[in-house]
Amino acid sequence: MMDDLTLLGFGPDGWAPLLLKGCLLTLAVSATSMAIGTVLGVLLAWARLKGPGWLRRTALVYGVVLRGVPELLVILLLYFGLPSLILSLSETFGWEAPGLPPPFLVGSLSVGLVSAAYQAEIFRGGVGAIPRGQFEAARAMGFSDLLCFHRIVLPQVARVVLPALGNVWQFNLKDSALIAVTGLSELMRTSLVAAGSTRHPFLFFGVAMALYLVLTTLSSTAFHYGGRYSNRWDRG
Amino acid sequence: MGEHLTFIGSVTAQLVRAVPVTLLILAVSGVCATVLATGLTAMSVARSPLPRLIQRTWTFLFRGTPLILQIFMIYYGFAMVPWIRHGLLWAAFRDPVFCTCLAMTCCCSAYIAEIFRGALAAVPRGEIEAGRACGMTGFLLLRRVIAPSLIRIALPSYSNEIIMMTKSTSLASTITVLDITGVAQQVIAHSYRTLDVFCAAAALYLLINATLSTLLTALERRLDVDRAPTPLAPIPPTLEPLS
Repeated sequence: MMDDLTLLGFGPDGWAPLLLKGCLLTLAVSATSMAIGTVLGVLLAWARLKGPGWLRRTALVYGVVLRGVPELLVILLLYFGLPSLILSLSETFGWEAPGLPPPFLVGSLSVGLVSAAYQAEIFRGGVGAIPRGQFEAARAMGFSDLLCFHRIVLPQVARVVLPALGNVWQFNLKDSALIAVTGLSELMRTSLVAAGSTRHPFLFFGVAMALYLVLTTLSSTAFHYGGRYSNRWDRG
Repeated sequence: MGEHLTFIGSVTAQLVRAVPVTLLILAVSGVCATVLATGLTAMSVARSPLPRLIQRTWTFLFRGTPLILQIFMIYYGFAMVPWIRHGLLWAAFRDPVFCTCLAMTCCCSAYIAEIFRGALAAVPRGEIEAGRACGMTGFLLLRRVIAPSLIRIALPSYSNEIIMMTKSTSLASTITVLDITGVAQQVIAHSYRTLDVFCAAAALYLLINATLSTLLTALERRLDVDRAPTPLAPIPPTLEPLS
């Protein structure tokens, strides 16, 4: 028991600093991929709703593929496949071959690409929930598309979409554990290394589980209050 | 170009041979998770607080942690527990396919139970009251009134969960199972042709998921009897106007 406490402490043999750093890295990767997912998801939703035919079909295919292929495969494909693609491209065009892409970027990009496919569906549904008459009214008042988006779509969609985005965030947080396969030392990877080098896998995986539970609980609480805030005009 | 196609062909043949492993994990954990989820749903509406507490804790634990961590915990973590290591269970826990199925059963049962719970809450109260008024109790009420509605309401989300599970089976490859992803990684280690191999594997997963979702949508349509598109014949006027 004393042994376990030393291993989890802040002392020279303790893994606490590395595990906490892993937590921060997990949060950073998840936040980055969430941001990538939101930007790309909005674009995809726009493409599905208002884009020309070919763009609409492309966005549809993107959604079907990225939601139908395992996240692990997407991460492996990007991490191991992207460099060989870049290499063959640079050979074809005679560029100087760039080095390996940083795992952080590839990791958050691959989780972000998957997240975008889910977020696009959410945004599409959110815009669909706004009554058509409001768009017609906005046009009748002479609103431009951008003003209509800012004043009519955004405030209402944010309210409808927030709980669903909270769900996507939880999935992002858990998918970020898969980035461990690229060697990025986020929480999962750190616990794996700790388990391997101390031969206490039960202890370290248990601690990692507890830390993930803390992260998911804290963020679901945050989304709960965010939802209450965005609904603040709706009470009473 | 010809050589390239031959390579993709041989890789696809190798990957297809791994499809049964992926489907086995999916089938075993899918069936077990559904059965377990039914039990958890029953616990969630139990009168005494203990089963409800167990269901809530189960959901909290398995939905709040990544599946890959659960798989590692069961495969590597449990191997260090003396009574498992030296007990009768060791034969099971040393098998990575068993560990993946166990982890996926626990994890997905938590998600499916939440789906069932939501569907149970959405079963119209009037139907249940009507059933009771007709003298139905217990299992008869469940079989005749609650289950038919519940299954229809839950099916769309349940199908989604099955697709998610298909994708999750790829995590088995991280604990040395040679499923589609595992074989793909093995082939890449020999051939270094990452893009071709992973794209072939991705195509296989897409095919499996497309088949599953087509089947489940067909089932959904089949069960959706109250909104079936059979047009009702216009009711002929039977009452003679009063003269």
